[in-house]
Amino acid sequence: MALKPAQKALGPIRRSFAPWLDPAAVPLIRFENVTKRFGDFTAVDDVSINIHQKEFFALLGPSGCGKTTLMRMLAGFEAPTSGRITLAGKDLAGVPPYRRPVNMMFQSYALFPHMTVAQNIGFGLRQESYAKSEIEARVTEMLRLVKLEGFGSRKPHQLSGGQRQRVALARSLAKKPKVLLLDEPLGALDKKLREETQFELMDLQQDLGLTFLIVTHDQEEAMTVADRIAVMNHGKLVQVATPGDIYEQPNCRYVADFIGDINILEAKVASVQGGAARLAVQDPTAEISVAVSEAAPASGADVAFAVRPEKMRIALEPPPEGAANVLKGEVWDIAYFGDWTKFLVKLDGSEKIVRVSRANMARTEAAPISWDDKVHVWFAPDAGVLLTG
Amino acid sequence: MTDVLTPDPEAPRAIAQAPDASPADVGGGRWKRAALIAVPYVWLLVLFLAPFFIVLKISLSDTVIAQPPYQPVLDLANGWRGVVDWWNGLDFENYQILFEDELYVASYLSSLKIATISTLLTLAIAYPMAYAMARAPKSIRPTLLMAVILPFWTSLLIRVYAWIGILNPEGLLNQFLLWTGIIHEPLYIMNTETAVYIGIVYSYLPFMVLPLYSSLEKLDETLLEAAADLGSPPWRSFWQITVPLSLPGVVAGCFLVFIPACGEFVIPDLLGGSETLMIGKTLYNEFFLNRDWPVSSAIAVLLLLVLVVPIAIYNNIQAKELGGKA
Amino acid sequence: MRKGLSSVNLVALTFGFAFLYLPIVLLVIYSFNASQLVTVWGGFSTRWYVSLFHNEQLLEAAWVTVRVGILSATVATVLGTLAAVTLVRMGRFPGRTLFSGMVYAPLVMPEVITGLSMLLLFVAIGLDRGFFTLALAHITFSMCFVAVVVQSRLISFDQSLEEAALDLGCPPFKTFIVITLPIILPAIVSGWMLAFTLSIDDLVISQFTTGPGATTLPMRIYSSVRLGVKPEINAVCTILIAIVTTGVIIASIATKRAENERAKAERAAAAGR
Repeated sequence: MALKPAQKALGPIRRSFAPWLDPAAVPLIRFENVTKRFGDFTAVDDVSINIHQKEFFALLGPSGCGKTTLMRMLAGFEAPTSGRITLAGKDLAGVPPYRRPVNMMFQSYALFPHMTVAQNIGFGLRQESYAKSEIEARVTEMLRLVKLEGFGSRKPHQLSGGQRQRVALARSLAKKPKVLLLDEPLGALDKKLREETQFELMDLQQDLGLTFLIVTHDQEEAMTVADRIAVMNHGKLVQVATPGDIYEQPNCRYVADFIGDINILEAKVASVQGGAARLAVQDPTAEISVAVSEAAPASGADVAFAVRPEKMRIALEPPPEGAANVLKGEVWDIAYFGDWTKFLVKLDGSEKIVRVSRANMARTEAAPISWDDKVHVWFAPDAGVLLTG
Repeated sequence: MTDVLTPDPEAPRAIAQAPDASPADVGGGRWKRAALIAVPYVWLLVLFLAPFFIVLKISLSDTVIAQPPYQPVLDLANGWRGVVDWWNGLDFENYQILFEDELYVASYLSSLKIATISTLLTLAIAYPMAYAMARAPKSIRPTLLMAVILPFWTSLLIRVYAWIGILNPEGLLNQFLLWTGIIHEPLYIMNTETAVYIGIVYSYLPFMVLPLYSSLEKLDETLLEAAADLGSPPWRSFWQITVPLSLPGVVAGCFLVFIPACGEFVIPDLLGGSETLMIGKTLYNEFFLNRDWPVSSAIAVLLLLVLVVPIAIYNNIQAKELGGKA
Repeated sequence: MRKGLSSVNLVALTFGFAFLYLPIVLLVIYSFNASQLVTVWGGFSTRWYVSLFHNEQLLEAAWVTVRVGILSATVATVLGTLAAVTLVRMGRFPGRTLFSGMVYAPLVMPEVITGLSMLLLFVAIGLDRGFFTLALAHITFSMCFVAVVVQSRLISFDQSLEEAALDLGCPPFKTFIVITLPIILPAIVSGWMLAFTLSIDDLVISQFTTGPGATTLPMRIYSSVRLGVKPEINAVCTILIAIVTTGVIIASIATKRAENERAKAERAAAAGR
């Protein structure tokens, strides 16, 4: 969707939206203990998720984690081995795909090659008893919505990748489904187009007030578009939370590591006192103090402390008096990204490398940090999270 | 990970189609390349194309009782005179015969009718077969494919012969039907047009199944899923998606059956009766029994004219299918 | 299309294959019929096979057929491979459309036309009809089948392999021999088999182009079939079917085994072993 931001009318201001926090809210889609096996292989393992009306929900995970199977079960292409899927309170078991009020945008787009763009968009409507004029009006409306006016009579092979993606989107929206399923919808687009399309998808979802369920392996995409993200691994649901919580409050090593860059320090709890704990880091041997919640693990427990690179500070000179958790090391490598720089620091007395990133707020630096420099690295007690899983 | 292991099948095809990138171009030089092309080219020019012009020429000469049984013969030994004699002797007499004698017109029309009907019958039997093969588990598909191709490797003559024993009045089919009590009088299928239909459908079935199967097998299953997702039940998806997308296979298969069936000789000769007229049989008899070379040549020329459009279309399909865009 | 077979599909397959195979199976069964009457079962016997081996005419025809088959299949394979290479690898050249037309047209050309036109050519250039003209005619139509088989393999062939060889300093002709040829070899072998089968099966074109002393097996079969069904002919046909079927099945198993082996090696390699 190649419109330049300057030409584009801004979508509605995004408001805070959190029906999942409201105990009285009734979810639109419920996956209840859904399991799917293919022979010996368990693709989806006892997954329960509630998705609310007008939510933009993302299923995120590496390929083969079961996210696509979960979506295909909602669309009706696979039947759960056990468990139940309901949509607006109605059990979907036994309802064939062509009777389900959900539509899907396929990863390959699955545009019918022998039909024109307009015929593709109108296909779903033609399956129901709509009047011809009604179908035409709807197709025109959809073409306008995805900004493809004038392309109605083309065949799919006469379109660019981005245009095909929009036809697929228009086709799946034409029947005003209760839920739109998007299977890796932007995977075939180049990076810039993908970013633009992400914002357009969000606008569209807000404008139309629909529920979107997107499957993706691209964590940035999930973070950008989704209200909530479900992280999956090996068929199991690992964490369901808002993008912010997924990033800042990962509930296990897997999520912490899968989303963004992170440093994980393996440690033992030395002592817990109120909201603070002291941890004995094993490699390199060091003691750090971290903030903990009420449900802190007991002393002696094996834990991991996970801290994001941008939550750490780096400097040639020692940190100001009173800084907690100071580690020393040597700059092993530097990756310069323009807006920020990532330093890979080898900690003294260990082979452990930590990543520290720093925003480049000034254009020049009097004494830049360089390769092999001895540096100090430190972080606040509340800069990271304590992981037990 | 899987993307790395399964390279895009279109990629090599795209490369193969790129002209001017052939190794023969790189260092072999123009002459080697020209020689390489020339060998099969000249062979086909001399042994496949040139004979048609000879057929055309002889179709314009007169029948005589001699060896060879036609006149005038272009005798280049006589120099220019020979050419002039030959030219003066040319006429369209043989073609007039073809249009005046009802036998020939009836043969042409009957051939077209029999070929058309048997092509449609073949399609009706082959489509469900090819469809089932394409839906079969991937592991048994090569076996099924093999099973379809195998009879094609067996001689047409043998396969047609096999039907004689079945269709005879005292043959196996009648024995079976009489034994079951379905009929009480033997059916006279042998030496009728029905027997010819059975023979053609049977002999050409593999030619229809194979292109149908390859177009049905290529069909992307997600298209059917997309249709279902948009509210189309399976039987409607079949008509809206599967059938239109298999049309190239249908067209190719129909040509593969129709064109040779038009000129078929063995089947009408062995299974058809004397009242079954087919132009291939007429030509054969004209040539071998009446020894009328000019008239049989004229028949061949006209048959070729009838078939030139379907053959050209078929060639076009074949060239596209095999990526001859370069 | 992987949803599996419905009962309608199964019926279609069963009916289709029964139709394809039942006549052949019956023919084979009745070749072991002791009775002189072809359609009346008179007990099991191999007498017709025995009498075959005393039929001088048939044996001679078989020998001619095999010789023509081997000669024409071999030449047709060379020419057909050249034609395929020309079509796939030579880019544009003058008369390319005509050439591809001449390659594809014989696949559907009615045999009576091909046969008649070749005969008239041989007469026109004063070539005595016999073994040699028979072979020429068979080469010409079967090379086109070889060309199509080899062509489809060449198209799916990754040309960057050749480019890599050239890049590493291998000259074009040698590249063709050491890289391209081994990879398209299975197609060439099946092309040869196809050409051989077409040659030994052909009747109509042979009728036109042959001469005295070069009568092929199908011609012998045809002339006796015209006089009615004979158990001896069933026996000949059974032998021919057995030879062709065995050949085709062995070839396909060999190809499949080679493919499986390669797939296994690739999987092992991919798993990092």
